[in-house]
Amino acid sequence: MNKKLKQFLNSFLLIELLKGLAVTGRHMFSRKVTIQYPEEKTPQSPRFRGLHALRSYPNGEERCIACKLCEAVCPAAAITIEAGVRESDGSRRTTKYEIDLFKCIFCGFCEESCPVDSIVETRVFDYHFEEQGAQIMTKEKLLEIGLLHEEQLAKDIESDAKYR
Amino acid sequence: MSDIDLVEWGITLFWILAKIVMIILPLVLAVAYATYAERKLIGYMQMRVGPNRVGPKGWLQPIADTVKLIMKEIVLPQGASKVLFIIAPILFIGPSFAAWAVVPFDAGLVLADINLGLLYILAMTSIGVYGVIIAGWASNSKYAFLGAMRSAAQIVSYELAMGFALVGVLMCAQSTNLGDIVMAQSGGIHQWYWIPLFPLLVVYWISGVAETNRAPFDMAEGESEIVAGFHVEYGGMAFSLFFLAEYANMILVSFLTAIMFFGGWLSPFEGMGVLDEITSWIPGTLWLLIKASVFLFMLFWLRATFPRFRYDQIMRLGWKIFIPVTLVWLPVVAIGIKLGFWPFT
Repeated sequence: MNKKLKQFLNSFLLIELLKGLAVTGRHMFSRKVTIQYPEEKTPQSPRFRGLHALRSYPNGEERCIACKLCEAVCPAAAITIEAGVRESDGSRRTTKYEIDLFKCIFCGFCEESCPVDSIVETRVFDYHFEEQGAQIMTKEKLLEIGLLHEEQLAKDIESDAKYR
Repeated sequence: MSDIDLVEWGITLFWILAKIVMIILPLVLAVAYATYAERKLIGYMQMRVGPNRVGPKGWLQPIADTVKLIMKEIVLPQGASKVLFIIAPILFIGPSFAAWAVVPFDAGLVLADINLGLLYILAMTSIGVYGVIIAGWASNSKYAFLGAMRSAAQIVSYELAMGFALVGVLMCAQSTNLGDIVMAQSGGIHQWYWIPLFPLLVVYWISGVAETNRAPFDMAEGESEIVAGFHVEYGGMAFSLFFLAEYANMILVSFLTAIMFFGGWLSPFEGMGVLDEITSWIPGTLWLLIKASVFLFMLFWLRATFPRFRYDQIMRLGWKIFIPVTLVWLPVVAIGIKLGFWPFT
């Protein structure tokens, strides 16, 4: 009975509601947590898995040796590789290396499986496609991205090396 | 009719139109910036910053929104009743603007100084429900129809509690003219009706929130259940008319609360000696605006705080709690007035 009365008074005199109002009232003056996106960005881990890239050695030679481990491990079957002999020196290289970003689930397995740290995922997450077919990252595009972000990529891989 | 009569008639008409424009224009601007204030305040209460991209600090956001709404296409749903579909927003916005005719902004500063002002306002706020029902019916959509039914039932139920709460004000003021109601409260902050009529104030305020279909009583647009309620099929300008009317109603309820229970344009420092003298330069209209903004702020605050009511709880609150509370408090007020003790003198 006593409990019931207390409950009745609490709701009838709007006490609980006023408590709720006090909470939002307090929060109105609290520090805002919004991050102003294009100007500010959230911190990223060195293991961040964004847009893919193919790395090259400092002398300009591509790292990829067409072992096809990434293609095998890819759970979404997003990677297509065709291998062949390079005309100039007879070494085994990819003649086609494509990642379909619509299929990719950004799991990072390709990066894990790569024996030569060739295929990597950069920190780039804000990109878009403007026409159909542009989601297929060809070998040229991937190498270009790799060159663009080489400094950052090398640093991230370096910082993560001792945990591998 | 002679020429002179015609000229006089024309002048009168011109002045009335000018006054209407002087009320409607600031009202529409106020609505635009009420949306901005709402988004900012709710953002702040949720530890966000709210709109801040368009113009300095986001001040031009309402303009951008307006331009967007004007440019958008009005889609006529398949199987909709064309005439009613177009008429509904007009029926909704008309009364919500018309109600402003009797709102006194200062002593004598009112478009239509009619004696049945209070009744007129109750009538106008009720007529708005036709716009809701017709919009829901004409849309030929089950969600719109359900939303309209909910909305109508809710408005009608809370109208009752609201009307009862205002009867208390009538009994105290002995008048239905809004200007007279304010003047009856003159003589300082302790003479305002919020003290003797406090339970009625609470009932009136919550009914007002329910009446304008605002959160936490916005069952009509429970997104999780019926998308956007009665205006789900509306877009562009047709939608913005509903939006405009809803916000105009919100501002109206805030003004009415200030007028009925908080002394309208009267200064809160009336009869306080020095304080009164210092603040005597502040025009009454400004006091009214300040009071109304406080209540408008309360509306946003409520929306930021409370989750939506369940529908049967809304009905229960209206019929089983508010009406009994007012029915109990009215005899108390009546006895108080008859016996003539404070604060009913």
